[in-house]
Order: sequence, then C-alpha cells, then structure tokens
Amino acid sequence: MYRYDEFDRTFVQERVAEFRDQVARRLSGELTEDQFKPLRLMNGVYLQLHAYMLRIAIPYGTLSSRQLRLLASIARDHDKGYGHFTTRQNLQFNWIALKDVPDILDKLAGVEMHAIQTSGNCIRNVTADHFAGAAADEAADPRPYAEILRQWSSLHPEFTFLPRKFKLAVIGAPNDRAAIQTHDIGLQVKRDETGSLGFAVYVGGGQGRTPMVARKLRDFLPEADLLAYCEAVLRVYNLEGRRDNKYKARIKILVHETGEAAFTEAVDAEFAALKGKALTLPADEVDRIGAYFASPAFASLPAQSDLYERAVKTDPAFARFASRNVHPHKIPGYGIVTISLKPTGQPPGDATATQMEAVADLAAHYGFDEIRVSHEQNLVLPHVRLDDIPAVFEALRAAGLATPNAGLVTDIISCPGLDYCSLATARSIPIAERLSERFADLDRQHAIGELKIKISGCINACGHHHVGHIGILGLERKGEEFYQITLGGSGDQICTIGEIVGRGFSSGEIVDAVETVIDTYLGLRTSPQETFLAAYRRVGEAPFREALYAAAG
Amino acid sequence: MAKRPKTFHPVVATANDLPTGAVVFRHPDGDWSGDIAAAEIATTPEQADALLAHAQADQGPGNRIVDLALIEVVREGAFVRPTALRELIRTSGPTIALPADGRPAGH
Amino acid sequence: MPLFRNGRFEDDDWQIPAGDAPLPASGKVAVPKARFLAEREALRGRNAPVGVLLTAGDTLDDIVPDLPRLGLVVISFPKYADGRPYSLARLLRDRHGYVGELRASGDVLRDQVALMLRAGFDALDVTHAGTVAALREKRIVAVRHHYQPASAEASETRPDPRPWRRVSAALS
Ligand code: SF4
Repeated sequence: MYRYDEFDRTFVQERVAEFRDQVARRLSGELTEDQFKPLRLMNGVYLQLHAYMLRIAIPYGTLSSRQLRLLASIARDHDKGYGHFTTRQNLQFNWIALKDVPDILDKLAGVEMHAIQTSGNCIRNVTADHFAGAAADEAADPRPYAEILRQWSSLHPEFTFLPRKFKLAVIGAPNDRAAIQTHDIGLQVKRDETGSLGFAVYVGGGQGRTPMVARKLRDFLPEADLLAYCEAVLRVYNLEGRRDNKYKARIKILVHETGEAAFTEAVDAEFAALKGKALTLPADEVDRIGAYFASPAFASLPAQSDLYERAVKTDPAFARFASRNVHPHKIPGYGIVTISLKPTGQPPGDATATQMEAVADLAAHYGFDEIRVSHEQNLVLPHVRLDDIPAVFEALRAAGLATPNAGLVTDIISCPGLDYCSLATARSIPIAERLSERFADLDRQHAIGELKIKISGCINACGHHHVGHIGILGLERKGEEFYQITLGGSGDQICTIGEIVGRGFSSGEIVDAVETVIDTYLGLRTSPQETFLAAYRRVGEAPFREALYAAAG
Repeated sequence: MAKRPKTFHPVVATANDLPTGAVVFRHPDGDWSGDIAAAEIATTPEQADALLAHAQADQGPGNRIVDLALIEVVREGAFVRPTALRELIRTSGPTIALPADGRPAGH
Repeated sequence: MPLFRNGRFEDDDWQIPAGDAPLPASGKVAVPKARFLAEREALRGRNAPVGVLLTAGDTLDDIVPDLPRLGLVVISFPKYADGRPYSLARLLRDRHGYVGELRASGDVLRDQVALMLRAGFDALDVTHAGTVAALREKRIVAVRHHYQPASAEASETRPDPRPWRRVSAALS
C-alpha cells in the first residue's frame, strides 16, 4: 500500500495544525458556527443528533493492521468502543467531542491517516474496488490511479468550494464492485487494442433526490491524460454547476440540464487547453506510485488446498462460509475472505474495538498485513492462503465475525438513519436489524441466494437504496415513520435505478412487505440459479406490486 | 425550528454543547445540562419568546451552545418527554442497542 | 478597505467609482464589467491604467481581448463558499496569460487566503476584522505543502523531482 514520505507527513501535520487553529478559534468564540461549519465539514466533523461525528478517510478502503489497531484505540479512548464503516469505505465515530478532534487527528497522522475531505463540497475520498490487486477478473490494478487522484485532489485550491460534494471511484475489472456509474466521475482502467492503459470515463452519476446513472463520456482516455481530463470536468462543473439549490447542485443535474452533447463539448474544450501540459502523467511517476501497490510475495502453491477442501467437506458451517465469503484470487492457492459486519440483529457496518483488533491480528498473521473496507460495509482480507482459511474462519467465529452471509439477504447496507443522523426522516438501523432477524435462518438465506437490500433514512440516499435489488427509503408523514420500497436497482456494471412499487409501509409493516417480495420471487423464479435481480428484470414489477398491494385492495 | 407553531404546546430550549456536542437543555437558572426534567418549560407563547431570547443570548460571546431550537414537550408526572420522535431520540439516545466492546463472541 | 497586496498591507492606488458616478479625470480607475463594455472606447482613451470588476458567475469571453491592457481585475466572492472565483482566477492567469493585479474582494476570510494566493490572486481586499488582524500579525496557520501545480508557479518551489509537488512561502 501507499506509504508516506517526509512530504506527505508534513502535509498532514500542517493540515492538523490548521484545523487545530480553527477549532481553537471556534471554541474561543472568534468564529461563529456559520463560519466554522464549512471548515469543520471539510475535515470530516459533523454535528449529529447526540454528539459530533468524525469521519476518517480510508483511501480506496485500504488499511494496514497498525492503522486498524489505532482506529480501535481511538474507539476506546474517545468514543464508546466501536466505529461504523461507511458506504464510502470510510470509518466514522459517533460520539466524539470537538475539543478532542485535533488530538485524535494527531494520533491518526502518526499512522498516515487523516480526515481530510471526508465531507464538505469538495472532492471526497476516492473509492475503489475492495478486491483490487487480488481479484481473479482484474485487468489492471485501480489503486495507483486512485492514489494519484487522491493526491491531486487533496486541498486542491480551485476545487475546495464546489457547488456540492464530488465523488470519484475507480475499478480495474469488468465486474463493477465499486458502483462507478453512481459516481460524479467513475473510471474503469482498461487496455486498448494496442495494449496501452487508459480509462473508460463515466460522468454525472449520483443518488440522492434525483438518482441518475452516469453517462460514458469517453470509452478510452489515455492514461497520461487522467488528471488533465478530471481537472477539465471539475472546472466546467465549478463554473457552471448550480449554486441556487442544494438539491440541484450535483454535476448530474448540470449534465442533465446542459445535455450530454453540450456538456461533453464544454469539457472537451477545457480539456484541449489543459492536455499535454503540467498535469500529464509521466510514465515514471505512474511507475513510482504503482510500485507501492506491487503484489506481496505470494508463494507458489497448488490451485487446490487439501486442508480447505477437507474443511468444506467435514464442517457444514465452514462450507457455508466458503460458499459466500471466500472469493477467487488471481494467484493459485489463495482466496479473498470477506468479513461480514452484518451479524443477525446488529447495526450493519459497526465493529467494536476488540473486533477491529481481532481483524488486525488476522491480517498481520495470515494476510500480508492488508485489510480492505468494502462499500458494502464489510471488511476484506484480500490475500489469504486457502490452507489458512479454516483457521481464519475459527478466529473470526470467536470474534463474532464469521456470519456467512456476504451478498445474501441479510448482508444489508444501511445508513445510520434517525438513530444518529440529524438529517434523517426515519430510522434505518432498526429495520435492518429486524430484517436480519426475520431472515436469520441460514438455510433460508442460502436458498434465496444473491440479494442486496439497501436502506436509507432520508432522500440523501447514503444507504444507496436506489441501487438496492430491494431498496428501502425511510420517510416521515405526520410524525410517523414510513418506508418506501424500490425494486430492481443495481449498482454494478449494468447500473439501474430501482423503481418505486407503490405506497409506503409503516414501520410495523415493512419487514412483512419485504418478505412478501422475496416469497413472490421464490415463487416465480425459473430455477434457484435465477437471482432476484435476474427474475425482476425478466418479469418486471407487476407480480410484486400485486403481491404487495392485492391484500390491502 | 424556532418558529412558533399554530396551536401552542409547551416547549423547552435545547441545543448541543459546543465543546463536546452533548445534548443540553436550558434550566430556569440559565444553566444548560443534559437533564430535560430540570429544563425550563415555557407554557405560553410569551414565555416561549422570552426563553428563546435568553437561549439565543447564551449563543453569544462565550459560545457555549450550538444548534439551538425550541422543541415541544409533554409532562408526564415527574417526566418530561419531547413529542417528536427525532427529539425523543436526541434526548434519550439511539433506539438500538449500541455495540458493546468486548461482547462475547456472537455464536 | 485594507488592501493586502504582495504580502503586506498597502494603500489602494485604484479608484472605483460608485454606480454610474462619472469617472475621475485622472488616475487608475476600475469599473464593473458591464460599464467597461459599454464605455470601452472612452476608457481606452484615458492615459492611465484601467481595471475591471468581476463577480462570481461572470464569464471572461468578452474581455479577453482587453486583458493585455488591463492593470487590475477584481473578482468578488459573494460568499466565501462560492468557489467560482478560483476558476476564473486560474483561467485569467494560466489560459489568458493575464499578468496585472488580480484582486479578491467580498467575503475574503483568513481560512481561504492560502487557496486564493495559489489560484493566482496577488491582492486581497479584506473587510473582515479578524482576517485583517491575522494577516497583520502573521497569525495565519495554513498548509504550505501542495500536491498539485496551480497558478502561483513563480512563487512556489518544487521540493523534489515529483512532477506536481509544490511548496509555497509561509504566510506568517
Ligand atoms: S441517507 Fe439521510 S439519514 Fe441516512 S445518513 Fe444520509 S443523510 Fe443521514
């Protein structure tokens, strides 16, 4: 992974000093809350319902065991002993005191971490495929480009006060595990016919009140032009994006209102002027950054592990874990292990300090010291020998982290909702908890198969409900929470916005309603191999709507 | 939030403590603490205006509080309870069990 | 209004007539873009430098031909969170080669000063008392190490062979 040199260290220390000064001025009364708010947001500090929340950047979701241990110690020393992994591969602490934040940032700087640009109307933490560098289907590693973009966008003097937040994601595989088409800029690293590296560039995706799938502006942007092109897109957006209405300020609205052709023309004109100048990526700089992401020293192993196969045969619990939480690795004899943060009846994405330490130990012992955070709010050990996976499984089980539900109905994405978030219109975590209890039976989950439920506590859609196979949006009417269901959304390479099926459901009804949808699917699928999404795409919403609303008349 | 509702319900002044973010309520003596039962309850629109004015003054130099609002409450015996779910959650904490560090393995 | 220019507070040698007030007979004068376009010929006839006032949201297209002759461009920040002036400044400096004074006015606060200077501003009209004091007393704490080239290349150094790293001079 990327390691700081003296320059990077100084940069982060200067930023901590700057923020320390800003906090001191706020606490002394020199800054009003109105003046301070954008400054604290730019450094990941929100004021939530009960306390301040601090969001810490985990660039493209990559952590070392040392970093994860430090996060655990912050959870203990400054919070209530746990943290929440977010859909942007970050970590947030919910019970932080503003006066402690500068000291926490100092501690983070000691392990090459920070909270820069985890909020605010700026370029946010760049996300990437959580299986990067490990996935069997990968054409090129997206992380070096994510790192180059992270550096370029850090305190960018021109793009610190954009009309609205701006999110970038990078993948290097045909299977999109980072939902790039829901991003302001989504990049897919690929090779052209001659073997040269470049990017398919998608612009203008987003969720929130007006969900939109990004448009593909370029099929192949040469590698060297990455930053010049991004700077061109950002400049057009910064100058032309709407600033009169927060709900119309994202770049997706600009692309939509300008029209794809005119928008592309404006970007191309800007790009033509920037191309070939200071921002051109020199090959040796790409190589220098790329070297940080060189593969660890993999052993040469047989593709099959007897130990692993025996465990699959003899231990049904392990077999279940292997079938859902172990993914194929590009190197024979290795696997990718997903650590589910979705145990039955618990808040999705939360991990206690003790659990973080357990994962850090496993990464150090079995996984080349690497941990990933997925946008699905799970953790990943990207490089584990198949021989070691049974032992990893036992250790995870002891830590309460071995739920074999990756990609299943209880692997629910949920935003914090009204239990924490000051913008929420309804609670989301209790719905997730009740759903995971309803579907707790593992045989039933495995029989249902691949199914993504995503829950947001308001239209801001941090829980990505628009791209859930089943999406749930929490709203409020006359003081009561109610929940709207969308069906058929998907954030992968065939990106689709889910469709609203009909009137919403009360908090008491929503779990039954989801079960009705799932039973309907089970009744109409052509075979157990036909996933919920495939079935929905085949039959449309009608059978589901009928099942949901027929009884009510 | 500070707007006066059409039919008047009793209100208290609430905010977050600036240095810690903790939820606090204004007491009759001008103190702010997390104890809603000790909060000053304004039972008429005039009292509400006065309460708001005092609370706003507390935001001034010294800057002890942020995100000030008047919220509706009902009194139930010795208890004072906000009427809106959001404010109830602000007052009493998340409605879910918080993850307990060192909890036994979940098997 | 205190004018912070080239690293210190200086007297403002420019006159900015209010509204439609007649132009002063002599001396450096700057007018809003609309007036500049309407009175372009008259302004050209003066034998003193001329400047233009822009605000966030203005475009540069119609003044580009005049830039080589302009001595001052002022860009106003209606709110400090309005980021458009940064792009306008960079376009003026990098795209159009504007070399005259580039002044930020409006909501200019200390926490943005370093960004403004990197975007190509070299003068700041400061009304905010705390910002004036902080600049005077050299109490501005800002990040000096940067990951991207911007529009202050002449005043920034390159700390190592990396293509985009820059270090700017201390503000205090
Ligand atoms: S979706 Fe709404 S409720 Fe959920 S975290 Fe985002 S802003 Fe808060």
